[in-house]
Amino acid sequence: MPITWVVTQSLQRSSESLSETEMKFGIIAVAFVVLAILHQDVWNWDNANLVFGFVPVGLAYHAAYSIAAAIFWAFVSKFAWPSKLEAWADGEEAN
Amino acid sequence: MYLHHSVILAQAAEPATKAAAPVTPLIIIVAYLGLLLGLALFSGRLFRGTSKDYFVASHSIGPFMLLMSVFGTTMTAFALVGSTGKAFQKGVGTYGLMASSSGLVHAACFFLIGIKVWAIAKRHGYVTQIQFFRNRFESSNLGYLLFPILVLLVIPYLLIGVIGSYRVLGPMTSGMFPSLFPATGPLDGSVPPWIIGLVICGVVLAYIFAGGSRAAAWANTFQTLVFMAMGVLAFIIISNALGGLGAAIEQANPAHLVRTPTEMGIQAPSGAFEREVGIPPLQFLTYMFIPLSVGMFPHLFQHWLTAKSAKSFKLTVIAHPLCIMVVWVPCVLIGLWATGVFTPNALDNWPPPVVTIMSGAEDAGVGKVLSVVIKFLVANPILVGLVTAGILAAIMSSLDSQFLCLGTIFTNDVVLHNQPEGKFSDKQIVLIARGFVVAVVLLTYVLSLVLKDVQNVFDLAIWSFSGFAALTSLVFCALFWKGATKAGAYACVIAVAVSWFYFFAKAGWGGEYTVFSSAERSDEGVMPVAICFFLGLIAMIVVSLFTKKPSQETIRKFFP
Repeated sequence: MPITWVVTQSLQRSSESLSETEMKFGIIAVAFVVLAILHQDVWNWDNANLVFGFVPVGLAYHAAYSIAAAIFWAFVSKFAWPSKLEAWADGEEAN
Repeated sequence: MYLHHSVILAQAAEPATKAAAPVTPLIIIVAYLGLLLGLALFSGRLFRGTSKDYFVASHSIGPFMLLMSVFGTTMTAFALVGSTGKAFQKGVGTYGLMASSSGLVHAACFFLIGIKVWAIAKRHGYVTQIQFFRNRFESSNLGYLLFPILVLLVIPYLLIGVIGSYRVLGPMTSGMFPSLFPATGPLDGSVPPWIIGLVICGVVLAYIFAGGSRAAAWANTFQTLVFMAMGVLAFIIISNALGGLGAAIEQANPAHLVRTPTEMGIQAPSGAFEREVGIPPLQFLTYMFIPLSVGMFPHLFQHWLTAKSAKSFKLTVIAHPLCIMVVWVPCVLIGLWATGVFTPNALDNWPPPVVTIMSGAEDAGVGKVLSVVIKFLVANPILVGLVTAGILAAIMSSLDSQFLCLGTIFTNDVVLHNQPEGKFSDKQIVLIARGFVVAVVLLTYVLSLVLKDVQNVFDLAIWSFSGFAALTSLVFCALFWKGATKAGAYACVIAVAVSWFYFFAKAGWGGEYTVFSSAERSDEGVMPVAICFFLGLIAMIVVSLFTKKPSQETIRKFFP
């Protein structure tokens, strides 16, 4: 039995058993972990080059990282906003 | 380039010794404080007179003001003053260490914790963090355990703001009043700390007293816009003074342009010593736990509750990392440029404050770098005044929320707790809160004068943040784990408190400290916050698994 078939089947099964909310949460969690790993940028540790002639690479990378973080949270706000929570807070039942 | 700087600095330093320095910067600062007071007192007129309005602005703050007040509260004096000083001391890694990680983690806390806390507090009428925890964990005594811990962690944070104002305004006003405030050393003729503290605390007290949370939100919005704009202004004028962006970075010390840990030799009048430059990898990794502190700051908790709706949080979550970038990138660059302006082997050429910075202990004077750079490199007193006003704005935008929050928790969690409903009228509650705010301001003022010469005051901030960050496991489990129990909560708080206190003592009560560091370098180990956080989390999980679960009523109340 080819390994790819096993992986595909198990992924299909897991996606069927997960609710949409759980899938969203999973994707966001994975993206968050990837961003946290990218924060370490060990490859820039010794790099003293300048971007645009005045920003050290170590600073330019992390400035771009701040923009990436904002984009990430914009996506999260768009696709995983807890809208039911607001109705509940106002005294309306969420369900 | 080096000679050019020497001439500028010598010229700039000269008037201080011969005649009174121009008071234009001070006039601008007084005008700024007057404007702030006017705006905040105007907002106080919108105060509805109820305790709910005083504590949480009747849940009426919209997206933009929420962003500005949350961002302004999160960014302390450290955002402008400390970031420049830390970049001057450690180099380019300062931004990644403290700013970009905060962009990711702060927003995560606002999204995951802030919105849910807002919803629960609005639904059940909570105005403080302790009320939330008491009800979630069905324990009145948990509040009595948390109360002193939260207060003790906020106080150093408050002191940093007030002492920060002394360290900014002291050097800036040096030489202005030689006959009125004579002193020996570089601060001859400067406005003394007792006046600076009186004015700063007085202005903040005036608008918090009048308008509570609503006045704080208005004032913070104004202050945040001011300090963001002034940070950019400082960046532009300092880069021009150094011959442009390219020239400014070219003259910076090369060791500061990378994160590689190195030692920089300093030839000081008191003797030669070495300064640690760069960021060790393990510290860089574990420093990511520090921004979790926003999940437990009681003053931020109160700001969240002022939100009009959950949607108000959207702008805060998305724009917070960008606001951090706008403030921190220019300040870190200024710190890097300063390494080329104040070189370590020529201290005899620099004005006295610079010598103090460079020849002192490891962290001495780091908070003074920005004000010294501005004063001695930028000859224009108007710009000096504007940028200093920006620094004060950053300081005061945190102070007001902290004063208010301590007044709020003293009132609600100590005085009103366990009192029968209706014992105090709404007016009396506001009066009690105002009384506590005055008491907290007075205490902070006195403590700041007593402790103003403590060298490592900015390191105290990290210890304060570490305590709050480690406690974030408590709020996270409270919100997302139905199985988190009362005993688990106690275990979590005690584990965090004990481990934090242990590391704090090991650090010599407030110095820079990492665990598993080598004898050669104190910062190359693990940040204590990471260990405290995991100890708290493990204690919560293990104890909760074996103790009585919360009632179904509590579960229904907190898990919609």
